[in-house]
Amino acid sequence: MKYSINAAGREVVTEINGESATPFQGVGKYTPRGTRHAPSISSCSNYPADGNKLVKNLREALENAGLKDGMTISTHHHFRNGDYLANYLFDVAHEMGVKGLRWFPSASFPCHEHLIQYLEDGTIERIEGSMNGPLGRFVSEGGMKGMGVLRSHGGRYQSIQDGEVKIDIAVIGAPTADFFGNSNGLLGDSACGLLGFALGDSQYAEKVIIATDNLVQFPCIPWQIQGNHVDYVVEVEKLGEPSKIISGTTQITKSPDRLLLAELTARFCDAAGIIRDGFSFQSGAGGTSLAVGEYFRKIMIEKGIHARFARGGSNKYLVAMLEEGLVDYILDGQTFDLEGVRSMVENPNHVWSSPFTSYNYHGKGNFAGLVDVVILGATEVDLDFNANVVTHSDGYLLHGIGGWQNCLFSKTVILPIPLFRDRVPVVKEKVTTLCGPGELIDVIVTERGIAINPLRTDLLERTKHSNLPIKSIEELKAEADRICGLPDPPALEERVVAAIKWVDGTVMDVVRKVNTS
Amino acid sequence: MEKIATAGNRGERIRSDCFVTLQLTNSGGIDLQLKSKVAGMFGRQIKQQVEEILNALEVKHASLDIEDSGALPFVIGARVEAAVKRLKTSDLTWTPDLIEQNRYETNKEQFRFSRLYLPGNSPSMMLNAGIHQPNGIILDLEDSVAPPKKSEARLLVRNALLQVDFYGAERMVRINQLPDGLDDLNEVIPHQVHLILIPKCEYGSQVKQVEERISKILKEVNQKRQIFLMPIVESCLGVENAFEIASASDLIVAMAIGLEDYTADLGVMRTEGGEESLYARARLVNACKAAGIQPIDSVYSDVANMEGLKENVIRSKSLGFEGMGCIHPRQVPVIHEGFAPGENEIEIAERIVKAFNRAESKGLGVISLGSKMIDPPVVKRAQKTLDLAYSLGLRTRKNL
Repeated sequence: MKYSINAAGREVVTEINGESATPFQGVGKYTPRGTRHAPSISSCSNYPADGNKLVKNLREALENAGLKDGMTISTHHHFRNGDYLANYLFDVAHEMGVKGLRWFPSASFPCHEHLIQYLEDGTIERIEGSMNGPLGRFVSEGGMKGMGVLRSHGGRYQSIQDGEVKIDIAVIGAPTADFFGNSNGLLGDSACGLLGFALGDSQYAEKVIIATDNLVQFPCIPWQIQGNHVDYVVEVEKLGEPSKIISGTTQITKSPDRLLLAELTARFCDAAGIIRDGFSFQSGAGGTSLAVGEYFRKIMIEKGIHARFARGGSNKYLVAMLEEGLVDYILDGQTFDLEGVRSMVENPNHVWSSPFTSYNYHGKGNFAGLVDVVILGATEVDLDFNANVVTHSDGYLLHGIGGWQNCLFSKTVILPIPLFRDRVPVVKEKVTTLCGPGELIDVIVTERGIAINPLRTDLLERTKHSNLPIKSIEELKAEADRICGLPDPPALEERVVAAIKWVDGTVMDVVRKVNTS
Repeated sequence: MEKIATAGNRGERIRSDCFVTLQLTNSGGIDLQLKSKVAGMFGRQIKQQVEEILNALEVKHASLDIEDSGALPFVIGARVEAAVKRLKTSDLTWTPDLIEQNRYETNKEQFRFSRLYLPGNSPSMMLNAGIHQPNGIILDLEDSVAPPKKSEARLLVRNALLQVDFYGAERMVRINQLPDGLDDLNEVIPHQVHLILIPKCEYGSQVKQVEERISKILKEVNQKRQIFLMPIVESCLGVENAFEIASASDLIVAMAIGLEDYTADLGVMRTEGGEESLYARARLVNACKAAGIQPIDSVYSDVANMEGLKENVIRSKSLGFEGMGCIHPRQVPVIHEGFAPGENEIEIAERIVKAFNRAESKGLGVISLGSKMIDPPVVKRAQKTLDLAYSLGLRTRKNL
């Protein structure tokens, strides 16, 4: 294995699964060359003249698509932890006796624990996508043959577009579709809102299969995925478990500590002058993030102002703000609850977006950079404001990157995180795994104080006279260490089990095998 | 012997705690089995700490099983010590150091708007209590601790007093009802407690008993601190003896009423409006003011109803109460806001004090504001309101 020290000072691999890889060169320093990837040219003469692309079942579709050993198969996480499709797909591949596949999901969930057996028997050679929960544990302990690759949502689109990952077959689960392949996520039992994560796959994959459990007569309106990209359409009984695809209700945290964290975050934004008429924000669907949104709402009502747009996953709280007129537009990347789906169907100002519009770094701009303030999470941060979202301090892979890296380009990036979890300090000397460079991370809000990146002299200046508990990151670390003690570093072996890509396809860091002996 | 003792808590929902199972053996040294969610990061240090504790307690041979859910060292210490003491009577202890941040004293006059109850055997709730900035925190050894857990809770509370940074809050401990409560004092008095709450108080003599025991313990450990007292009246008899209790000791700074037990004693339901306890509350307030201490109202138990709490605080303040208990951290800001003087109140107080100062400088005996005459007690109250506003940062101190 060859290594190189990248611009962030991390020792990274220069070759991933037999292909050369470029070490991270600094934010905005890497210049891509060449042209975008393109799949083979198709001809209508090879498709049914009546537009009916239905085949009998998934096996037939995969056979027609030419599935064979070593191919790259992509799936998407629109059905989150309720997904049946990816598991079913690899059951079929296993049945067909295919080996050495590269699974390229937009994210994996604990429900995909089912696939560990196929990683063990060689059906799947490696995963390039997030490795959550049981899969993360399996990979961290060295169970996967190939090296995993973790990318952000934007990085995934970039890798497809740039031809870094050539998808042989994309299997897209569609809550509603017609026989031609036009599809959307808005209607049907498996409704999930939008299908944005599959957009790049539909455009660039060699073969595209639509699997649906709600086949409607042509035309399927609206079409979030255009049938003109689609090779085969398959009807399946059920794409997923509806209650796990979309939660009936997302809930604001009831934890007093997290509410305090959210309140401090909102008060900081207010003091820093970020919450002003026409501003924009992005906040996730986790309990704390939802609470931040609610505190924003209170401040906005008090000031009599509104936001031009909110980006990110939609939920009932954001929908309420849209309907109250506090937010002009929701630019939705992922719909988290039924209210979000309803609003997207009914309200033209609730707009579906995609990793292309919002996150792709190898494009002519993207929306993430236009957002005034984004609220994100992290498992660890360090004295240089670097942050980790994929591993825990014991070295285990536990989360994917999601849109996190892409959102770091927002004008102000705030991470509200507890200073310690159980006994584990969150502010470290150096993060276990580097996912985002400190120069892009502006503020760390903890329940015991707020640290502002010294690079942001403007924020320091604007909050100087507030009554907020502004501290240095070193002070926060000292307090965490006093409470918890200094943890021993994780016991890691040399073997690299996964690489962390930056938004431009360069290698930001690697994840090593955890020593379990 | 070969008896087995346990201490601590375990289970899916338990965090920041550990469960210790201990067996003293005759030979073979210390055999420690550790199952911890932070084993990779802290396993080595936990083992080291446990050895240190057993050494301090002079346990040479034992078999120990620890299930750890991320407990901090002060918790591990309390749990191991509690398990040992179940099997072995000993004066030896393993006491953590006092953190620098906790070296502060409180005073009689400081505000006690809010005091947050923390169950004495639940470490996870103690850790972040201070960040919600209550005026006081109560480490409770009484109602929130089940009888078999009383002795381990004492050690946990002792260690928390030394090690948990409560960010300036007055550190209070609610002891058990007398006479058991007197034994609680042995563990907490030498360790930086600021105030002792005496539950179910009915006679001044009970306060005296506590006061005497405290001064005895302080003498033994050679400390000259002042530890304040706050009796809680929770029965009809207690209400009748309110003034006797309130004036039983110079160390009493406040007296609280506990309405759950009081209404039970009265044989009625506790209602939202609280008409049934109006007499008791008014009586208690009057007794406190007569004794020169702060009257403190009962907790508001519907933690989800912030509007109800707000109204309750307004009622409470209008009766003369100067604070209220909290059972949830989110109640703290609502209570502070409620007991703080309103903008209108501050303005009137400023005008009154200004008029008083002007009259005094001119040597006038009679003070008037507009067409109204102002009596000295009105000035006194106005000054009190202003002091409150200054200390809460609602106004900056200036010469009026």
